[in-house]
Amino acid sequence: MSSLLSDGRKSHQWQLSSILRRFHIDPLLLLGLLVLLGAGLMMLFSAGGQDFGIILRQLVRMGMALTVMIAIAQIDPDRLRDNAYWLYGFGLILLIAVLLFGHEGKGAQRWLNLGFFRFQPSEIIKLAVPILIATYIAERPLPPSAWRILCGLILIGLPSFLIAKQPDLGTAILIASSGLIVLFLAGISWKIIIGFLVASASAAPVLWYFMHDYQRRRVLTFLNPENDPLGAGYHIIQSKIAIGSGGLFGQGWLQGTQSHLEFLPERSTDFIFAVISEEFGLIGVAILLFIYLLVASRGLYIASQAQSSFARLLAGSISITFLVYVFVNVGMVTGLLPVVGVPLPLISYGGTSMVTLLAGFGILMSIHTHRRMMSP
Amino acid sequence: MASKFTLKDHFRESRLVNGRLLFSGLLSVIIFGIVIFRLVYLQVFEYEHFDYLSNRNRVDIEPLPPQRGLIYDRNGVLLAENIPTFSLEMVPEKVPNVDETLKELSKLLALSDEDIEAFKDRVKRQRRFHHVVIRQRLTEEEVARFSANRYRFPGVDIEGRLIRHYPQNNLFAHAVGYVGRINERDMEIIDQKDYKGTSQIGKTGIEKQYEDTLHGSVGYRQVETNVQGRIVRELMSVPSQSGDDLFLNLDINLQRVAAESLGDYNGSVVAIDPRNGGVLALVSKPDYNPNSFVSGISSKEYSELRDSPDRPLFDRALRGHYPPGSTLKPFVALAGLELGVVDVHSKTYCPGWYSLPGSSHRYRCWKSYGHGMVDMKDAVSQSCDVYFYDLAHTLGIDRLHNFLDYFGFGHRSGIDLPNESEGLSPSSEWKRASRNQAWYPGETLISGIGQGFNQTTPVQLAHATATLAMRGISMQPQVVRATRPAGQADMNLRNSEIMNNLPMQNSQNWEDVVQAMVEVIHGARGTARSVGKDMPFKVAGKTGTAQVFGIAQDGEYDAETLERKLHDHALFIAFAPADKPEFAVVVVVENGGSGSKVAAPIARKLIQQYFGLKVDE
Repeated sequence: MSSLLSDGRKSHQWQLSSILRRFHIDPLLLLGLLVLLGAGLMMLFSAGGQDFGIILRQLVRMGMALTVMIAIAQIDPDRLRDNAYWLYGFGLILLIAVLLFGHEGKGAQRWLNLGFFRFQPSEIIKLAVPILIATYIAERPLPPSAWRILCGLILIGLPSFLIAKQPDLGTAILIASSGLIVLFLAGISWKIIIGFLVASASAAPVLWYFMHDYQRRRVLTFLNPENDPLGAGYHIIQSKIAIGSGGLFGQGWLQGTQSHLEFLPERSTDFIFAVISEEFGLIGVAILLFIYLLVASRGLYIASQAQSSFARLLAGSISITFLVYVFVNVGMVTGLLPVVGVPLPLISYGGTSMVTLLAGFGILMSIHTHRRMMSP
Repeated sequence: MASKFTLKDHFRESRLVNGRLLFSGLLSVIIFGIVIFRLVYLQVFEYEHFDYLSNRNRVDIEPLPPQRGLIYDRNGVLLAENIPTFSLEMVPEKVPNVDETLKELSKLLALSDEDIEAFKDRVKRQRRFHHVVIRQRLTEEEVARFSANRYRFPGVDIEGRLIRHYPQNNLFAHAVGYVGRINERDMEIIDQKDYKGTSQIGKTGIEKQYEDTLHGSVGYRQVETNVQGRIVRELMSVPSQSGDDLFLNLDINLQRVAAESLGDYNGSVVAIDPRNGGVLALVSKPDYNPNSFVSGISSKEYSELRDSPDRPLFDRALRGHYPPGSTLKPFVALAGLELGVVDVHSKTYCPGWYSLPGSSHRYRCWKSYGHGMVDMKDAVSQSCDVYFYDLAHTLGIDRLHNFLDYFGFGHRSGIDLPNESEGLSPSSEWKRASRNQAWYPGETLISGIGQGFNQTTPVQLAHATATLAMRGISMQPQVVRATRPAGQADMNLRNSEIMNNLPMQNSQNWEDVVQAMVEVIHGARGTARSVGKDMPFKVAGKTGTAQVFGIAQDGEYDAETLERKLHDHALFIAFAPADKPEFAVVVVVENGGSGSKVAAPIARKLIQQYFGLKVDE
């Protein structure tokens, strides 16, 4: 069958669209991602003090991440489903390993040192959880039974708890959401959802108990940043000044005073959104948020067109988690949410999360381009 | 495979999931709408407010670093203080052209190329710190010259800072330690908030051990700055809290006597008040000047210190491993008495050598023609090896090891200084675990005279000597005697802590061993008779000589022909008065040769100094 197809394509195999199709790339999604990555480079140039070295390093990471994305797009989604349990188990073992012999940095134990390179096992789990939960839930007809929901919650809770212990609350929240979103999409009845929300609201004190001191301080600082102007509150105070002073149109690219006079901390990484707000104003960030929504909506469209419940659930979860990612970061930088340390996806400086994000988009592309004819 | 039933099911499922997808999409749009509202609030409604904060005058939060606590010796002599210095600093972000400014500055203040290189290096490393030092320790003339020209250099200013200074220079280098620039490793340990505005942190010695006590807590002030970054007015301030002052047990006079009498030798002297564990002297030679480290040691000076074969940076008192040699014998003798293996009158014949039953290998006594018949007191006072070969053989290594445990051999003494070594007190279990080898009976013999695997640190040996002096009451060695919170007149004395109270079946055993050690000094044939001359009380002591270089079975140790670094280590332990001890001392002289000739006279001088006697020349 493949020979038949390739014969038909021979005449126009050098056309861009056919190359994209041959490599299982979704052009619309790719376009959106490239726009975001390009905007990221532009902001990084400004936030990083116009240092070409930073841009170069980020470009190398982007190249790596895009390669991973395209590689994953070649994998048939059924392969992911077949190996879901292995992937999850592997990720879980690495998480336990990181707790036991991980490398500590800045008061948190997130890295696993393999001699030649270090990586964060939480990145593997970020994809393994939605893949596994989608596999598990789609094994039986939807909506899932109460028993399946319970098992699913345990499968989600285990890695989230381990990561929260590292401690990396931001990533733990993202991973838990990616799993919970699968359950939601699978059609759990609204009664259960509302019951769950009430239960988790009453579980907040328990969470408080398990938090590290620095996380508690961050929550308290969130409630009243002026309490701790030298420590955690400094971030929020400075980032609000930066955002607010951007106004409607912004100070212009490379013109932001707050970010360039070293007032704004972590301005290339977690707080880069404040730099964008200062330099491009309300109009600029509204456009940026709109692009994020467009990329996610393409993902949701792919989900709706998927052929199996597994693929539908997985694609939906990846797309919505992407938005949760954006929301947690922007919410944190604008003072709506506590500071939990989540980067702005595809824009913040740093490599590990970008690889995982683009790997997720690789899965979306794979789901969309591996569809088969239902009937001959 | 797709039957009609599952197809129908699939259709129903996809409708269900797509409904949820649509709901999620709409919810996302609403949530993003909320974010946009938040941004509208910040950027449109509150724009004036934030624009004022960011542009007209900038509000900056400046940390107010605390003053580090001072360190005194037991007499109130200052060992570590803070002295004001002026440093030239720049906020690179506020300087239009850094290179041009540096060029102009070097015309005015004669900056060296090295200064400029170091400054550029610092700029790269310090991201969030606002001020970067260009040069420290400006003279008053330089300060005046810069002040007159200050208007030409926006973003450059002179900052008055306090830096650490050690007025006693080398004398307390190892004990008090030094502070140095906070590095990445330190950053991971400390609460960074507490160190805003502080550039130095305790690196070694007391400075490191008591970092939390000495540091104090940071304050801050909110200031309004103009566009150049100069402070226009202060809005509010929370003062910093200075660190506590420390009063040490160390006595500068003892410290001086110890350092001077060691002379050119490498080695260590530790003196302890056995009644409370107070560390009175703690010297490791060679030493170095801690002031070199405070404002960043030059790499040349540092590599000289680091690469010197005498290893001046190495704290021998806490980390030097030495075989205790014959200084271990009183403890072995006590083990023999206490475990009932010998009594005080049991005699052993010393022909000058000892052989294990069924073996022809001769373990030699230091006195080649032998001591003849010796009892315990003779064996200690004349340091007869054969007596202790025999005793150790009867005891066996594991009983000996367990008994020496009581005195802390092979364990950290728990002194309040960082990085103490454990030493090594061997046992058959240790040898199996660490080397996977069986214990040989011959090894027991040489362990019995403190050679072989035995390794002890001077602090550990001093602690054991103090415990022996106190007839079994083991006090934790303490360098810090008291703390005094800033601004208060009263000191908080530290409690001395009893670590262990050794159970002994017969208290006469203590007296017999102490008596044997008194014989070392006051007996007719004692190995350290010179120590006892003109002493108003009885001193108990023991000489020791630790082999550095193995001599062949029939070889001869000849100091004349051996290189100095292969000479034996000389050791001496003592406490006084023997019946009511107030002072215990350990002297280790590397490659000093004989304990009685080199180490004992040093201990004598310390005893004289402590008890207010006339100190030997």
